[in-house]
Order: sequence, then structure tokens, then C-alpha cells
Amino acid sequence: MSVKLEIQELNKDFEKVKALKNVSLKVEPGELFGFIGPDGAGKTTLFRLITSLLLPTSGSISVDGLDCVSDFKKIRNLTGYMPGRFSLYLDLTVEENLNFYASIFKTSLKENYHLIKDIYEQIEPFKKRKAGDLSGGMKQKLALSCALIHKPKLLILDEPTTGVDAVSRKEFWELLKKMQKTGITILVSTPYMDEASLCDRVALMQKGEIMAVDTPEIIVNSYAGRLWEVKTNNMFALLSNLNEINDDIRLIFRFGETVHFTTTKLEEDTVSTLVASSLKEKGHENIVVKKTVAQIEDCFLALMEE
Amino acid sequence: MNKEENIIVVENLVKKFGNFVANDNLNFEVKKGEIFGFLGANGAGKTTAIKILSGLSKPTSGKAIVAGFDVSRETDEVKKNIGYMSQRFSLYDDLTVKENFRFYGGIYRLSNKEIREKTEFMLNKLGMTDYRDMLLKKIPLGWKQKLAFSVAGMHDPAVVFLDEPTGGVDPITRRQFWEMIYEKADEGTTVFVTTHYMDEAEYCQRVSIMAEGRIEALDTPAMLKKQFGVKTMDEVFVKIARV
Amino acid sequence: MWPFIKKEFFHIFRDIRSMVILFGMPVAQVLLFGFAITTDIKDVPIAILDHSKDHVTREITSKLLSSGYFKLESNLKSNDGIGNSFKRGSVKEVIVFEDNFAKKLEKEGSANVQLILDASEPNTATMINAYTTGIINTHTMQMMKTAGKIPMSIITESKMLYNPELKSVYMFVPGVITIILMLVSTMMTSISITREKEMGTMEALLVSPLKPIQIILGKVIPYILLSFINLIVILLMARFVFGMPIQGNVVLLLLESIMFIVMALALGILISAVSKSQQQAMLLSMFGLLLPTIMLSGFIFPVENMPYILQLISHVMPSKWFIIIVKAIMLKGVGIAYFWKETLIIFGTTIFLIAMSVKKFKLRLE
Repeated sequence: MSVKLEIQELNKDFEKVKALKNVSLKVEPGELFGFIGPDGAGKTTLFRLITSLLLPTSGSISVDGLDCVSDFKKIRNLTGYMPGRFSLYLDLTVEENLNFYASIFKTSLKENYHLIKDIYEQIEPFKKRKAGDLSGGMKQKLALSCALIHKPKLLILDEPTTGVDAVSRKEFWELLKKMQKTGITILVSTPYMDEASLCDRVALMQKGEIMAVDTPEIIVNSYAGRLWEVKTNNMFALLSNLNEINDDIRLIFRFGETVHFTTTKLEEDTVSTLVASSLKEKGHENIVVKKTVAQIEDCFLALMEE
Repeated sequence: MNKEENIIVVENLVKKFGNFVANDNLNFEVKKGEIFGFLGANGAGKTTAIKILSGLSKPTSGKAIVAGFDVSRETDEVKKNIGYMSQRFSLYDDLTVKENFRFYGGIYRLSNKEIREKTEFMLNKLGMTDYRDMLLKKIPLGWKQKLAFSVAGMHDPAVVFLDEPTGGVDPITRRQFWEMIYEKADEGTTVFVTTHYMDEAEYCQRVSIMAEGRIEALDTPAMLKKQFGVKTMDEVFVKIARV
Repeated sequence: MWPFIKKEFFHIFRDIRSMVILFGMPVAQVLLFGFAITTDIKDVPIAILDHSKDHVTREITSKLLSSGYFKLESNLKSNDGIGNSFKRGSVKEVIVFEDNFAKKLEKEGSANVQLILDASEPNTATMINAYTTGIINTHTMQMMKTAGKIPMSIITESKMLYNPELKSVYMFVPGVITIILMLVSTMMTSISITREKEMGTMEALLVSPLKPIQIILGKVIPYILLSFINLIVILLMARFVFGMPIQGNVVLLLLESIMFIVMALALGILISAVSKSQQQAMLLSMFGLLLPTIMLSGFIFPVENMPYILQLISHVMPSKWFIIIVKAIMLKGVGIAYFWKETLIIFGTTIFLIAMSVKKFKLRLE
């Protein structure tokens, strides 16, 4: 019952702005596919093209063999779409929102209750409450229920976790994983890099281009160069001080309580002593330098700097 | 002013909406030049607390002093001494960069000369001097947020409140933004920031985590991780906020 | 379709502002135009300078004062008082009877009465003049009849047709109906559609298998019903609060109104198609439609008095034709034979606008 998505050399211009540049990719049936990138990367535009809300400037998209331009009516029947702003009627209650979305797809809450049971159960106690009075996490669950109510084969979620707190985000991803088991193909976009590891495959996007497409493991494992993390007592000065040590010490970025940097040419054994001694000269104390494993965000930063 | 001075003092702060207790007896202090992370799940009461601290809403009971002024009685003085920026409300899209600076400078009664000087100084620092006459809507989000932060700190306020300033911003710009925060704090401005990025929680000197209207934890990131026996702030957050 | 309509009603009933515009406004407008902004002649303060003081002038004076239109402010002694009375603003009209009024009338068959009017409000002045002349003429005629003499001079008589008492509420009700229907239908639909655009819910609707006509109907049907209810309320108020009769066929009136409502709704959809925000939609319907409707439709200012170019523009205003129809039915009590042209114009406009709005209503975001 799940569907395949194929995008070929897709371009989208808004007047002079190129929102999407030559995007090509395939999503396999039943995949949980993530589009990772900041605002302005072109994620929303891409989703609007797939849902046929926009027309491509050039290139093509096919969903289950159906063309997004000529067969758009058929595609609309088999997609569930949750736009970036959640698309809920804030003056309607939880129940009214669901009933309404069910009705426009000619189904009813009763008929498809089993599809959304897992999610809906969590908000059901508030079913008489207006959507506008729900917290961010609950709104997000309601919006997801609305997108799922007509049993779509392709679920498209545009930044469902943006502005939602870390806990609600975790719960939301657990739900998505459960959903995926029913055989549905899911496309999801997010600006949070840490969510990439929860997808089967991801596309890293920036300024309308896809920088990499693969499983999170492969992307992380193919990180070019050796990645290090440093911690000292003076994190503020650390960034500029690291920069002065050696030309091969590149991609210096803060990562939580540490700073990450990358080397390619320097001998692996020499790096930590070189960095530690140089930093000590500059007055740092409690210096810890050690090799670390790349995260998606490291890869994203590296790709951005290329 | 000495560095140890408390810029924000909150004592037994309570805010109720009808029967609903949005802020349940908050107590904390924030020091001058400190970067204070104000975390919590959606609906935990962060926004309510920020509204009270910035003089937009009166507490039901308790006391809050910001920059030496009582938020419920000396609202105007409080407002003069704070800066505010959020992802939703920042600058005017249909004004140019320069006009935005002019407008906000004007609001805080800076002289024309001061506004001119500060505008040039900040644009220079951001490397955006060529964009001063560009309409804000044509400027990418990340830069916009940096500009908004500069504007919020233009009148050298004692505290800057940042409400999810980096939402949707790319990872490089996000880091540059935090560099700006550090610089501002180094100049002695207190930065009071909310975020959903847990790595950013680590960048704060002290972090408070709210759940259901109460502050459930408040300490340095290192101490919090130790206290909860976990490796990342993300885990601390999940432990506290997942009720 | 039903759930869509139900949802739309929820939106309306839960939004206090919508409710006020929908139900408060019509009532307020009718009452306002009916009671407050009245141009009726009633108790106009006048002064009389009677040089003759004979039985005829006294009779005329008492006729004038007993008509209810005039109220005697003062009896002047000399010509000097005239200027002062006007300057003080205490009177709107001074009536001057010449010397030996009755004698002259009997002997020469004519006598002079001078009407001096405060014309700073030209409309009122014209009306006061007409009323005064009317009363004097009627009296003169009666007098001559009783005296059995054939009148020597031709007496002009003006008669107010259809609105014999010149009640302004009769004039305003058709106009108010037009404005309310326009406001409710056009503005409310355009706002409610653009609100969905702003909230992002339109995206979800577009992505659904709904056809554009379904979305449009779903948005529009509630407003057809509400506009219709409004119409009934206004008509009932006109009938029972102001005692305004409906001379013609009520069913015909309702049918014509429904056509006008549909036209206004189509216009609303068209406006929502070109505006990006609720604000824009509101401004467009306010300044683009409502003001011209009030100004150019002949509602307040007679079309005949407008510059030629504005007269041309007024022809394009469907509301002008609708007001003509409503007046024809309500005041003249005539049938469709007398205004089939106007009906045809509105019908044509309606078809044109529906076609345009369905065509313009996009299934995509661009």
C-alpha cells in the first residue's frame, strides 16, 4: 500500500530567486525520509511541489508513477499533508477539527479511528477544547491526526517539530516510527539536525540544493577527515585560539560544552599533544582533547563550508 | 557596577489565570553579564514569566526586580532598561536595515548622532554595510536574526530577553549568533534566553528548567548533568520535563 | 458539503466581531438612518414679519404653524430684525407678508409674501421652501374656492409622489438593504477566505480532493443564509418600526435580493483571490466597494446631480440598479415588467462574477 516517490532534475524559480536547484532523488516505498536543513533551504517549496500546490519551473516529480502536474487530483487523494503552520482551525475544538478533515476526504472519525488511535488517545481527553488553547506539542499531534485521518499512502510533514520542546519532539518521533510500521511512506522536514538519525535516509539541504542523500550512518561514517573535541576552562577564547594553532585545524565549531575541529593532514597521534600544549601556552587550563565521532551536524557544517 | 550585582531578582512570583497557575512561586536571581538559559516544555510557563519580567504583564503576587526596578510598579523604567527579541517579532520587513535601526533607536530616545554611529558600528561588525539600504524582507533569516539582536541591544540595556532567537537558523549562523551573545554579555549586558536547541543550553552559564509552572532545576549545565547523572543537557531536559 | 457549512457557522458564531458585523450592524444602520440622520421637515423654527396683520395673514400663519412642520420662534416688528434672527441662527426661515395683504388679494387677485431662507443647508432650505409654498398655495386656493372667485393667477402645485410625506426612512431603507447585503456578503466572505489563507488551513483544503466549487460553496452558503436573515430583519424593522409599507410583491423582492446576494458573494470570492491577507481583503471591500456603493449608487446623493464621468461610473455599480429595483417594488409596488432591464443587468453581472471567481480561485498556491 505504500508508494514510491521520484524527483528528477527539479527546479523552481520565484521570479529571480532560485528556490530549488536541480534536485533529484528517490524515496523507496515505506521509507521514513528526512529533509534536513535551515529555513530557506527549500524544504517547504519542495513539499509544495510534491503536493502539487506549486508547479515546477522544470523537472518532474512522480508519486507512485503519477505525475505531479497532470495527475495531481489522484495524488491529492493519496497524500496526507501537514503544512508548516499546522493548518488547524484554532476556533474549532479538537474533535471538530478532526471531523472536518475527515469529512473533506469523505470519511469519518469513527471509520478511521484505528488509524490515529495511538496519537489521538493522547489528546482525546481534551477533545472539547479549542485547538487554539492547546500547547504546541498537542497541536502538533492533532495536526498529525488530521493529516492521517483519510488513510494516506504518502504522509508529508513540513517541519512538524519546529518550535516544539525537546520532549514533545521525542514523543512525536516515536509516533512517526509507529506509523511507519503500518507501511506508509513518510517525508518529513526539520531544521533540527539531531533528528536526522531517526530517519531511514536523509537529504541534507541548503539554499535550494541537496548536499547529500543517504542513510544517517553512511553520511556520518563518510565524514572527511578526523574529528576532535576540545574542552577547556575558557570556552570563549577557545575558538579563536584554536584557529591560530595550525592551518590544518579547520571547521572549528562549538558543540554543546565542547568545541569540535577537523584535521586531515596532521598525523593522528600528534594532534592532541599539539593542541593541548598550544592551548596551555595561551593560558587555558583543564584541557581535554580527544577524538570523537561525527554527528549529522558536523557533516552539515562541513558541507556548508565546502 | 560590579559583576556580582543581581540584575534580575525574582521572589515568590506567582501568576494565575483564573484557576490555572502559570507561574507557581518562582525564585531566582540573574547576575550582571550572565547568560541565563530559560528552558521548559511548551506550556510550562516560560512565556508568562518573560512577559512579567519585561513589564508586559503584572504578577498575581510576589516580586520581580529587573535592572533595579519593580516590574509591577515601575513598568516604564523597566521597559527603558531592557531589550527584547523573538523569532516571531523582530524587525519590520518593509523597512530597510537602516530604517529599522533608526526606528528602534528613536523609540529608545537615542540621538540621531548616536543612532548613526551605532548603525555604522554594528553593520561594520556584521559585515553588512553594503546592505544598509536593502529592504529587510530581502535579507536571509539568519542575518535578520543577527540584525534583530543588534537592534535589541542598541540602547545598551541592562538585560536582553531572547525568545527562541535561533529557530530555523542554519547551524553556522546559529553559532555566529551565539558569538554575538557572548560578546554582548562580556560588555556587561545580561542575556536571558529561551531555546529548543539543547546544545544551546550548554552555551549558557546557568540554566533553569521549568515544568508545569515551577522551576524544577537551576544550575550550571555541568552541575545539572552531574545532579541527574547524565551526559547531555538533552537528557536532563527529558528527565525533568517528561512528566 | 454539510460539515463544511457547519464548520463555517462555528467560525462565525464563535467570533464576536463577526457576530457584531453580521447582526449588530444592520439593526444599528437602519435605526441610525431611520431616526438620527433624518432630513424630514419637522418643527423648523421660523419667524414671521407681518406688515398687514389682517385675517388672511393670520389664517395663513396658523395654517403654517398647525402643519407640524414649523414652529414659531418670534414675531418680528420690522425689517431690521430679519438679519439678526438669521445671524443668531435661531430661525431657518422668515416669512414676510406685505402691507394690506388681504386687500390686495381681494382687489388685484394677487398679493406678495416673501420667503427668506437660511440656505447654508441647501437641501433643507429647498425643502422648507417647498413646504411653505405648498401650504400657502393650498390656502389661497381654498380661500378663492370659498369666495367663489375664479383664480386669476396659475397656482403651481407640487405633489410628492410615492413618498407623500417625504419620509427619509423610505429613501434610506432600500439603500441600507443594499449596503448591508454588500457588506455582509462581500466583505465577510472575502475575509473568511483570506483568513484560511493566513492561517495555513487553505493549504490543507487545497491538497484535499475537494473541488474548487465545493470549497467556494462551503464558504458561501452560510453567508447566503445570514444575508437573507438580515434582509428579513431589515424589512420587518422598516415595516413595524417605521411603518413603511411594502407595496409590491414580497416574493419578487426576496428573489431579486437573493440574486444580488449571490452577486455580492461572487465579488467577495474574487476579492479574496487577489488579496493575500485579511487586512487587504477588508480594505479592498471597504474602499473598493462599500464607499462607492454609498457614494455612487444614488443612495445618498442623487445620481442625476453628479458630474457626467461619475454618472458613467455609477452605471457599473450593480448596487445602483438594485436600489432602483428595491424602490420600485417597495414604494411603487410595480412588477417585473417595470424593471426587467435592471434585473437583467444584475443577472448578467452575477453570472460574469461567478464565472470569474471560479476561474480565479486557484487550486494551487500560485
